[in-house]
Amino acid sequence: MTAPFLSRRGLVLGGATLGGLLLAGCDRLSQAPAAVKFLDHDEELTMGAQRLLLAGQPLAREFKASDISRVFKPNGSTDPQSPAYLAMVRNNFAGWALTVTGLVQRPLSLNLAQLRAMPARTQITRHDCVEGWSAIAGWTGPRLGDLLHASGLRPNARYIVFRCADDLGGGSLYYESIDLFDAFHPQTILAHSMNGQRLAVAHGAPIRLRVERQLGYKQAKYVMGVEVTDNLAHIGGGRGGFWEDRGYEWYAGI
Amino acid sequence: MSDIPVSEPLADTEIIYRHTLVVRATHWINVVCMTLLLLSGLQIFNAHPMLYWGQKGDDFDHAFVSIGADDWRKPHPEGVTRVGPLAIKTTGVFGVSSGEIRAYPAWLTLPASRNLALGRRWHFLMAWIFVVNGLVYLVSNLINGHFKRDLAPTREQIRPRHVWKDIVDHIRLKHPVGEDAKHYNVLQKLAYVGVIALIILMVLTGLTMSPGMDALFPVLLNLFGGRQSARTLHWICANLIVLFVIVHVVEVFIAGVFNEVGSMITGRYRIKTGAGH
Repeated sequence: MTAPFLSRRGLVLGGATLGGLLLAGCDRLSQAPAAVKFLDHDEELTMGAQRLLLAGQPLAREFKASDISRVFKPNGSTDPQSPAYLAMVRNNFAGWALTVTGLVQRPLSLNLAQLRAMPARTQITRHDCVEGWSAIAGWTGPRLGDLLHASGLRPNARYIVFRCADDLGGGSLYYESIDLFDAFHPQTILAHSMNGQRLAVAHGAPIRLRVERQLGYKQAKYVMGVEVTDNLAHIGGGRGGFWEDRGYEWYAGI
Repeated sequence: MSDIPVSEPLADTEIIYRHTLVVRATHWINVVCMTLLLLSGLQIFNAHPMLYWGQKGDDFDHAFVSIGADDWRKPHPEGVTRVGPLAIKTTGVFGVSSGEIRAYPAWLTLPASRNLALGRRWHFLMAWIFVVNGLVYLVSNLINGHFKRDLAPTREQIRPRHVWKDIVDHIRLKHPVGEDAKHYNVLQKLAYVGVIALIILMVLTGLTMSPGMDALFPVLLNLFGGRQSARTLHWICANLIVLFVIVHVVEVFIAGVFNEVGSMITGRYRIKTGAGH
């Protein structure tokens, strides 16, 4: 009597055990520092490909007023509690001013009235959270590009960093950064209004960044200062943003 | 002699060359990619376990699929999976597992712990390999005629009477022998063409979720009815592909796992000539 070398049942059991081991192994491997480092190259590949394809600077889709979400989910910080920010809210942002500093010819300081008096762009766009949901709203504000032209970038300028007033409970202030490719895109604005109303505290008053074509965590709220720099290594955790320092991609076009 | 023969006598079988190197290599690369894409995809889904239809959808909109807890404030919440008006208790697997509120259980996500950032990175890396692998498969088999020769159903095969006969034969587990065994039957052809179509849909709906790609190809938003519709279709296609894989693997076991898996490794497939029957 010759028994089969491997019975089918043995194969199924063996397969399941091997599968379980593989899953456990995958899980450990998936979080190994070397693997995570390797995954950074994937982000470069995705960003490189999208930048190549988006070289013509197409606009993100703009929607009709009837498409606007009835309730736009406020996310991330929705009610910053620092004494300085609370004082600004009490003053209706009267004493507040946005600063433009760093690698510029002329540092600027603009109060809310001055920002609101600038030529503005209004766009009804979709906001995509990294978690997976989307909401649509209308945003109005001056183009970031106009502000940067007014301050005059120095030749070594590469990134625009947004310094925010909220800390998401972790103690370190929120910040974000984009490069010049996105900074000068016509839909990249500093929104002071949402759906025709002054931007509410829950949505980032007095101004928030809109960098359409990227995910929600890039849309910095409570922007206090715009800083022009040549590298991101010396800011925060060195990866270019609050969530980037916590493992998320700097390029959030996907 | 009372021994049960382990294999058919050699005279009754013939070895044919069934799978080309390209098919075999892309098949196994695909196995790795799809496994990791699924596990990391479920991790991503867990970050917002609700599905909508249209351009937009968040907590304030109507979700027609959701996997969550009945009440997160309860000390021992129950897992509930909702599909339209249906609400099914799925505690232990979906919604609540190992005492934790999470749509898909830890053993089905990559990484096992809640980690959207890492899940996304794995998903996109595997997506690149998956797409390049898929393109190699598509282009080479378009050029060498594999699709036309082996996967496109013939006119004879798509006659209702023929399809019906194949279904009946299949249910009776009557496997073809001789010349018939050298070609795919119409059910196999439709399954393979179908899963290729699903995979193409999977890639396109995946791209539609990228705000960058939407700016480049706004037509994607028209095609699928919006980013949230595309996300829902991505999930439905994933489920259908899982269903295909389950059926595929069961069929491999029914048809003879050594011959089938062996042929996908070596390319050589043993068929019964029918002489002994």
